[in-house]
Amino acid sequence: MLIRKPNAIAGSDIPSSEITPKEKWLNRRSFLTGAAAAGAIALAANRFDEIASPSRSVLAAGKLQTVKSPLTTTGEELTSFKDITSYNNFYEFGTDKSDPARNAGGLPTRPWNVKISGLVKTPKTLDIDTLLKAHPLEDRTYRFRCVEGWSMVIPWVGYSLSEIIKQADPLSTAKYVQFISYHDAKVEKWASDSNISWPYSEGLRMDEALNPLTLLTVGLYGDVLPNQDGAPVRIIVPWKYGFKSAKSIVEIRFVAKQPHTTWNDLASNEYGFYSNVNPNVDHPRWSQKTERVIGKPFYAQRKPTLMFNGYGDQVASLYTGMDLRKFY
Amino acid sequence: MNKPTLIVLKALVWIACLYPVATLAYGAIVPGSPFDLGPDPTGKIEFATGLAALRLLVISLAITPLRQLWSKLSWLIKFRRLLGLFAFFYASIHLFAYIGLYAGFDPHTMLADVLKRRFITVGVLAWLLLVPLALTSTTGAIRRLGGKRWQQLHKLVYLSVCLGIVHYWWQVKQGVLTPMPITLTMTALFVARPILTWWKSRNTPKRIQPNPA
Repeated sequence: MLIRKPNAIAGSDIPSSEITPKEKWLNRRSFLTGAAAAGAIALAANRFDEIASPSRSVLAAGKLQTVKSPLTTTGEELTSFKDITSYNNFYEFGTDKSDPARNAGGLPTRPWNVKISGLVKTPKTLDIDTLLKAHPLEDRTYRFRCVEGWSMVIPWVGYSLSEIIKQADPLSTAKYVQFISYHDAKVEKWASDSNISWPYSEGLRMDEALNPLTLLTVGLYGDVLPNQDGAPVRIIVPWKYGFKSAKSIVEIRFVAKQPHTTWNDLASNEYGFYSNVNPNVDHPRWSQKTERVIGKPFYAQRKPTLMFNGYGDQVASLYTGMDLRKFY
Repeated sequence: MNKPTLIVLKALVWIACLYPVATLAYGAIVPGSPFDLGPDPTGKIEFATGLAALRLLVISLAITPLRQLWSKLSWLIKFRRLLGLFAFFYASIHLFAYIGLYAGFDPHTMLADVLKRRFITVGVLAWLLLVPLALTSTTGAIRRLGGKRWQQLHKLVYLSVCLGIVHYWWQVKQGVLTPMPITLTMTALFVARPILTWWKSRNTPKRIQPNPA
């Protein structure tokens, strides 16, 4: 057979990202100008750490080619890159919010493969570069609401997971999609800080996974995902509590029955399979009526939580006839 | 211990006890400083004050066993009231931060929380148990109550610290083990008491005395 699948033979179709060093991806001149400008600003602001390592916004310029999307959320003040990358729940790298930024450096994001498995016509393995090229990357700003009661507004980069699901061609018996995260106890030495059984597993009903809002996410602020935010590829389900959005996924499995999910295994009364953002259904240990916005001063953090995190127009119909108190 | 040494030590203990609240206040006033309250200032204030209260309570509980172990350390008793009152101080800020920053001063929210959420219920109970102890911490109150009754009353601190630790465990997510170190320390101190008392009584059978204060 002369026709070769692009990823069939190792080394014969080397992804551009593996040849080109990071800095060269950028337009060299604009990078230098930007770096100089940032240096000047940093000097003016007396920020020596900025000079030592130029801020991400400069390095990020043009890093990922993206297009605008009608599905992006507008009119919200973005959470800073610093807060999004220093306040993380990624328990494989420690249980403190500041742990993942410190510990996730060893996550081997290249090469990276995602297995498409289970009830599909042809199970296959997609490498990260194939995933990056499978569909134009979109800027998608979404509200992000954690079950713990805090929230952010995050400019993700990615495309609808439905694009990959369509390509995967699931069988009609596939009713749910399970996401399995990377796990290697040697890399994630902090995974034993909690008594969670790894790897992390999450899942969606097929219609939820096919909803255009559900994002196969590969970037943040126009650049590739930082490790602590779930590099190199994760799921973002903006109308559900954050833990539903599995990070650093290595397998997308199509299944007939509701898959087991990590937090539901640990405390099913606190973390339901659905876990839609819902101000009317309290977490057993705290109210979900309000949230604290990350990055605001302490006296201005609190704001009301919206049903479906404000995405009701797009997703409420998925749950018609369902008692959301029962299916929390 | 001579007086100047005691004064210096007391000053150091005051500074150590004020350090957590001073850094929080500084961080709140000067964002971007090394004491910046971080991405979630509300959470930081709540966690730091709760942890300070628990730590100070546990440290104050360590004083009696340490004195039993080394009679040379008997002067430690002069610091126990200070530590206990600072624990109450931090527990009170912790409670007030909850009232203002979490419940938004809304009585309905507070009532619902106390009735429905066991971690808040035990937290409030732990604080309530500290109130009579703080109120009777003065030398005058000790005299009026009489040493024996005062001691009986102040045994409530054991219950309060236990509830405080339960509050911590019930607040963190299932599977998170951050409350473990302080729990083990408290358990060790609780176990040390009867063992040390027994050991002392075996070595000095004739001089069994109730613990002073």
